[in-house]
Amino acid sequence: MIEFRDVSYGVNGIQVLSGLNLRVAHGEILVLLGRSGSGKTTTLKLVNRLVSPSSGQILVNGVPNDQVDVIRLRRGIGYVIQEAGLFPHFTVERNIGLVPKIEGWPEERIRARVQEMLQLVGLTPDLASRYPHQLSGGQRQRVGVARGLAADPAILLMDEPFGALDPLTRDELQREFLQLQQRVHKTVAFVTHDLREALRLGSRIALMEAGKLVTVLTPHEFLKSSDPWASAYVRAFGDGLESAANRGTS
Amino acid sequence: MNLLRFFVQHHTEVLEGTGEHLWLVGWSTLFAALIGVPLGILIAHRSRLDRPVLATANIIQTIPSLALFGFLLPVPWLGDRADRLAILALTLYALLPIIRNTYAGIRGVDAAVVEAGRGMGLTQSQLLLQVELPLALSVILSGVRIAMVISVGLATIAAAIGAGGLGEFIFRGLAMVDNRVILAGAIPAAVLALLADFGMGWIEKRLRPR
Repeated sequence: MIEFRDVSYGVNGIQVLSGLNLRVAHGEILVLLGRSGSGKTTTLKLVNRLVSPSSGQILVNGVPNDQVDVIRLRRGIGYVIQEAGLFPHFTVERNIGLVPKIEGWPEERIRARVQEMLQLVGLTPDLASRYPHQLSGGQRQRVGVARGLAADPAILLMDEPFGALDPLTRDELQREFLQLQQRVHKTVAFVTHDLREALRLGSRIALMEAGKLVTVLTPHEFLKSSDPWASAYVRAFGDGLESAANRGTS
Repeated sequence: MNLLRFFVQHHTEVLEGTGEHLWLVGWSTLFAALIGVPLGILIAHRSRLDRPVLATANIIQTIPSLALFGFLLPVPWLGDRADRLAILALTLYALLPIIRNTYAGIRGVDAAVVEAGRGMGLTQSQLLLQVELPLALSVILSGVRIAMVISVGLATIAAAIGAGGLGEFIFRGLAMVDNRVILAGAIPAAVLALLADFGMGWIEKRLRPR
């Protein structure tokens, strides 16, 4: 569970986030939706302390996250970013097994875990010895998800993880991610600017604009919302969104 | 043919000179790497320090080598032995390419990769040893390579203060107006420079991350 309590963040006199109050409930996928510069990525980075708030508090599993050792905090939170951010000089196996390794797991357990993760994200075991540049974009992104899940964190932070993919692969990964979530039940904060993706994946959608949280709605509420920002989004994405909205089951 | 005969006749001296030369180059490059790599890492991480450190290294580079050898001569412990002094001077010259390349190499590591590492909970030293240094390694090594080649050339000047090396032949040849003697120093020095360049290039290629 993640909770933002009146969080503000500014840098060099620019207010990036102001007065954010938000809860990500256990086992839900909360989508942070907004355009570039709306503060959604910053919101994510506040959770694992890649960014520290100017004021306010962020609670992770009920504890203010600045009262925990930052390394411990981060190792307990999966982090998946756009273009995966894989280490180019590590094989797939080392990439996925990195957190377990620095956590001191025994070798056999790491190897077994890597195989398990590869299977979980739909990759074949022979990919373990490949380097990231030898994979397709979709495979890299799957490895990114597998790496985020490897040490079995309760919380997953995902920053536009499927943003750089072609539509078909993106569709595939979104579908698989929903299925995956049915099995692993992580608490997920998911950043995107794609309304379709937000409607499909989100248990709830937190709409952000210019450093402020506009509203938090379920996908179905979002489509019917009379909020000017929400309806502007719906208009921008056009018809056929109803079919994209999930049934609030994720 | 004359030259070849000269080499055959004086091969022990030439080999000795080459050995002394390698001694000067080897130690100075090692010391420069031991100082320059950590310093380069430091200024890559603390961006306030980068300008003053690089400026200082640049200034050292502009001091004429003969003048630097001369400056250091009266320094008590250093001046006692010429090779000590020569190694220090050569170390100072080798610093700039090593610091600069280490700095550029670490700075050049993809910011997204570093951030992913931090976000996953790598400590500062794990990030450095497992991510930043391996990814910057080939750039750092090419700095060491440049430093080494420069050192081979500069070390010939060290003979002027009696530190030995292949420069002995060059200075002696100049005094005797004998090209054979000059070439007896210059040719092995050129070969050393080429070998250093080739050898470091090979290591660099072997260690390059894929």
